[in-house]
Parts: sequence; structure tokens; C-alpha cells
Amino acid sequence: MKNMKTPDILKDLTCSIAVSGHEELLARRLKEIFMEFCEEVWIDKFYNVVGKMTASADENGYIDGRKMKVLVMAHMDEIGLMVKSIDEKGFIRITSVGGVDPKILPAHEVIIHGTRDIPGIIGAKPPHLLKPAEANKSIKIEDLAVDTGICAEELKKVVSIGDLITLDFEFTELKNGKFSAKTVDNRSGVTALIEIMKELTGIKHGADVYFVASTQEETHLTGAIISSYAIEPDVAIVIDACHGNMPDTSKEETYALGKGPAVGIGPVLDRKMSQTVINVAKDENIPYQIDVEPSDTGTEAWATQVSRAGIPTVLLSIPVRYMHTAVETVHVDDIKNTGRLAARFIARLTRNMEVI
Amino acid sequence: MLLKNLTQINGVSGNEEKVREFIKKEIENVADEIKVDKVGNLIAYKKGTASKFKLLLSAHMDEVGFIVTGHSEDGLIKFRPVGGIDQRVLPGKRVVVGDKGLKGVIGCKPIHLQEKDERDKNIKIKSMYIDIGCDKRDEAEKLAGLGEYIAFDSKFTELGSDCIKAKALDDRVGCAIIMELLKQRYEFDLYASFTVQEEIGLRGSEVVGYQINPDIAIVIEGTTCSDVPGIKEHEYSTELGKGPVITVMDRTAYADKDVVNFIYDTARKYKIDVQFKKTTTGGNDAGKIQRSRCGVKVASISVPCRYIHSPSSVMSRKDYEGCIKLMEAVLKELENNTDYTLKILNGGNCNV
Repeated sequence: MKNMKTPDILKDLTCSIAVSGHEELLARRLKEIFMEFCEEVWIDKFYNVVGKMTASADENGYIDGRKMKVLVMAHMDEIGLMVKSIDEKGFIRITSVGGVDPKILPAHEVIIHGTRDIPGIIGAKPPHLLKPAEANKSIKIEDLAVDTGICAEELKKVVSIGDLITLDFEFTELKNGKFSAKTVDNRSGVTALIEIMKELTGIKHGADVYFVASTQEETHLTGAIISSYAIEPDVAIVIDACHGNMPDTSKEETYALGKGPAVGIGPVLDRKMSQTVINVAKDENIPYQIDVEPSDTGTEAWATQVSRAGIPTVLLSIPVRYMHTAVETVHVDDIKNTGRLAARFIARLTRNMEVI
Repeated sequence: MLLKNLTQINGVSGNEEKVREFIKKEIENVADEIKVDKVGNLIAYKKGTASKFKLLLSAHMDEVGFIVTGHSEDGLIKFRPVGGIDQRVLPGKRVVVGDKGLKGVIGCKPIHLQEKDERDKNIKIKSMYIDIGCDKRDEAEKLAGLGEYIAFDSKFTELGSDCIKAKALDDRVGCAIIMELLKQRYEFDLYASFTVQEEIGLRGSEVVGYQINPDIAIVIEGTTCSDVPGIKEHEYSTELGKGPVITVMDRTAYADKDVVNFIYDTARKYKIDVQFKKTTTGGNDAGKIQRSRCGVKVASISVPCRYIHSPSSVMSRKDYEGCIKLMEAVLKELENNTDYTLKILNGGNCNV
């Protein structure tokens, strides 16, 4: 990983399957990666992966006589689908795990994760058999079915109710440093964690840094809740995806690709620290955008802010287009700049304790 | 596998060149003559050992896709469909743009940003766009200019033990079957046409019928298959795995009664499972060939394809192989069963 380019890390991570509640395999992979940079790495009982990078400088990094603790968190889980039933012809009825838009599903290729992986296609009523009223209405997930080409009897030997289904995809390089894949939300964030680790090996920082690749964000923020409690940090940095700029969306809700991470500002986030992040970006010539969040940010910052007695939290978001599809699109520079900005913020933090 | 190679080539209506080149190369050694006509149809001729009559087998090379119609300030590509495409299958799918084969994705507003009424409605093609990563209009214009073709990006995959999934099964499956049949020599003169622009209104076949002036024409197609959840059994047009499909009538053609009966009787004689298409919707090249010159007796034999015209069509290998077997039997019987053949050829003037 140390020598891997950012797109290659993103590819490695997006190709792993880790639907919320089933993150074990990716957790193991991330443990290996974290061990290249961190002194200690462990996986907790919810499969959160925690890597500790001990302070490399002795200056100012103390609070109440102990080293200051910074939590840097990005969730590793992804949305998906689940097997609800198998009918007599072998068609699989489905439900969603996390926020899946049924409109992207017709004709989508999927992988059913039974006792072995099985490819399938999501089918729907053909257009010429739709009644005019149906044709305009968006399709409901209960009207869709997965076709595997395997008869019910054979299929039931491999697939059971509750098995996971993920959208098949191809890691695709677009023009101008953009990449498209499934789970760019939030493997971009996890890739940024690794970028921060890379950066921090080269700069002095007075705090112990706890990196967490968290689980079950897409369902109930569970990984964030329990890991921020367990680590009890003085400061939390949450890294997640925000919406990239797209047609028919308002400029206030979306952020340009390639123009840097969006720094969150709002009641849930610590105003002084957010301002420090912005100052660091200006001083270091790192591009950034401002993301105003009037209440819930839709990220793990919602959980970290009120963990134990409260944790001052900052939020860095990476712009991602077409969120929750298998063609989520990101600009690689935004991931790198998120890494640079967070690392330099961590270094600055321990030199200027008054910001806390 | 032939079908794999054929479906991986992009050939949206009007841009069939690569498909044509591939087929041409494959059949060069088995055909007596090959020509490409003025609209781009590939026509192969195989002289018969007795040359009693002319049989035409036809399949279309083109597939549904899109064409670039504009560019936005921020470098996105606007497009329109070429051929009939169900807009519901498009959001979030991958495409290949232009001759350079640029990768792109069909973007749409994420569910988080959709208002309640937007969530309940389908997204219209005119509000969709393709993202190839460009940031500015001039860059997008340079890389993917107006009129460039766009195809689905979809691999050939095996499903279960019998099914395959690919784009463009309609009608590369027909092309593949005819390429197999061309390997044999028959008593009658065999013409094979691989036509262009079927998907936008049967354009290629309209001039094929005229040029060849066949006695009998059989169109080999990939056809709709609706044996899926939410559809009542009586609404099934065809069923997967139940064998090749014989069409009696559709929107464009009324298959010749004698030819249909002949095919059905042959299937029974050779114990090949067949099914009839149970809807009269859809249409194909048979419609144009039937009404060329003084009229041609036509029939359509098809392989059922679920999710047709989408990036992920599914067909059964058994149906495909059944279709080849059926066609081999039909061609053999056309040679042997002279009474029946005469009746087909002569229609009302026949005393048989």
C-alpha cells in the first residue's frame, strides 16, 4: 500500500464486498493495510478496524498529563440487497439494506452471495405489458425479481433467505482523474484514511491518532457509536462522501468534483475546529469547499458529537456523483487532498491546543 | 464461442461496420459469393446442388443504443436512444461512447436529493446524461462529437448451467445461427443476409428482399420473453427454455401459413420442442421482405430473450441449440419433402 497509487488503493477497496452488518472480509483486508502504517491494529467485536499511530513529536500534544487522542473515522460498509424469498420458478424477491433507489435496479447485474457467488439479473415487467398508468410510476422494489437462470430446486441448495446481493460493477477510469465504481461512498473515505497515514509518516504530530474504518453506518451508525465510545478521543475527524455536482440539483447541496474536500460547517460540528481546518487549507494551498449543514449531516458526525461527554467533531466530505448506484464517481485529487488536509490539520492541532 | 464474440462487438443501428467485418471474415471460406450492398447489408450466396429455388435466411446485425445529441456547459453528454429502449433500465448503467470506446456512465440524481414526487416517477431520457469525466463543453465536444454512437457496456456472462447474459442478443443470436447453417451446402440456392438498421424501422431488409427476390425467406431473431414475475401466464409472449419460437403474426408480418405448418410438422417429426409466440406485438425484418417485389413467403423463428433491448438480455442455450437443430431439419426437409416444398413455392397453383 505504501507505494500504491491512490486509484489503485481505491480499486482494491471498492472491489471488496462489505454490506452493512457483513464487513468481516473487508475488515481483515483493512487490518493488513493498517498494519503497514500503525503500531497497533485491532478489530473490535463489531468488525470496526482500529489502527493506532503513536505521536511522533513531543510538543504540546498533552491533555491532563496524557497524550491527546485524535479519532479519524470513515465507514467501510456499503448498501446492498437481501434475498426475501425464492418462488417456484426460481425468481428471487428482494429487499434493501440501506438506501437503495429501486429506479436504478431494472436490468442491473447483481451477485448473489449464497454458499457460493451466483450472477443474476434484476428483471421487471417488460415495457410492452405495462399499463399506461404503470409506465409513468417508478418501480417498487417489491415488483422486482432476480433471475439467475437456475431452477428453484437447485437454487435453494445454494441461496437462502437473508443472503446478501450486491450490484455488479466495473472499476472504470473516466477522463480527467475521475473514477467510477460501486461503493465509492465510502471507500473513498477509507482510501483517504490510508492517504492520511502516508502523509503522517512524513510529518511530526504530537497526538496519538486512532484510525477507524467503521461498520454499519448505512443502517444505524452503529460502528461510529461504539468505536467513538471505546476510543474516547479528544477530537474526531469524520470522513465521508457528499453529493457531487450534477444537473437538476441545487448548487447549495452539491460540490464540484476536483475542487477539494468539502469542510462541514454547522451546529453538529465544532465551529472553531472547522475554521482551523479552513485556515490549514489556506496556509497549505490545499483546495477546499464549504459544506453548510443545518442539522444532521447524514454522516457519522451525528454520532461522534454526542459520544460519552461529547467530542468536538469536524467533517471532511469527498464529492461523489450518483451516490448509491454502481457508478458512483469521484475525482482522485479530492481523495488525496482530503488526506493532505486532514494530516496537516492533525499536525497543526497539537501545536495550537487553544483551538480545542 | 461465436455468440460471445458477436455480442461483445458494438453495432448500434447505422454503425454496424465492425459486426459486418467480423461476420464477413468468419463466413468467407464457406460462402460462394459475399457482397455488401449500398445500405450496408452483408449478403452471402451459396449455390445449390440442384438450384431448384431460392431460400433467404436473414438476421439483423444492429443493436439498440444511443447517439450523442448535445453537450452541457459542464462537459456532460446529452443523448437520444437509437431504437426502442425502455427508459427504466438506464439510470446508473455503464456505456461505451464513440469510436474511441470512451467509458461513460449514465448519471441520475441520487435518491437522497429526489423530492417525494420525483421518487414516485420514472426518470425521462431527456433529463438523463452521460458522464465521461469531462469538465467543459469543448472537451466533451472534442472527445464525443455530435452523432457519435453509444453502446451498452456489458459483458457476456454464463448464468446457471443453461443461460447466458449479454447485450445485443437481439439479434446477434440470429446472426450466429445463420453463420452455423451456412457451413452446409444444400440443393437449393441459399442466400444469407445480415441486415442493418432493423431496430429503427427495418431499413436494411427493405432493400434485401428486392435484391434477392427469394422464393421463401426465414428470419431468425431474438424475441421478447415475458415469463417473469408480475406477468400472468396468459400474457407470456414466449417462455425461456421451451424451445425455438414460431411466429404466426406480429405487428409487421403475417407469416405464411404453409411455411409455418411445414416448420411445425418438421419440429414434430424430428422431436424438437418448439413454441408459438403468443402475442402479436413487436415486429422484424420479415415484414419488409414479405412485401418486396411481388411478395415473398416468410416465417420467423426466434430464440426467446428476457429483458430484451437492455444491457442484460438473458437467453437459454437449450433454445439456441434447439433453434439450430430446427433450422437444420427444416432445410433438410425442404430438400427431401418435395411435395410440401412445391406447395409452398406454388401456393394456389399447386395441385398437391
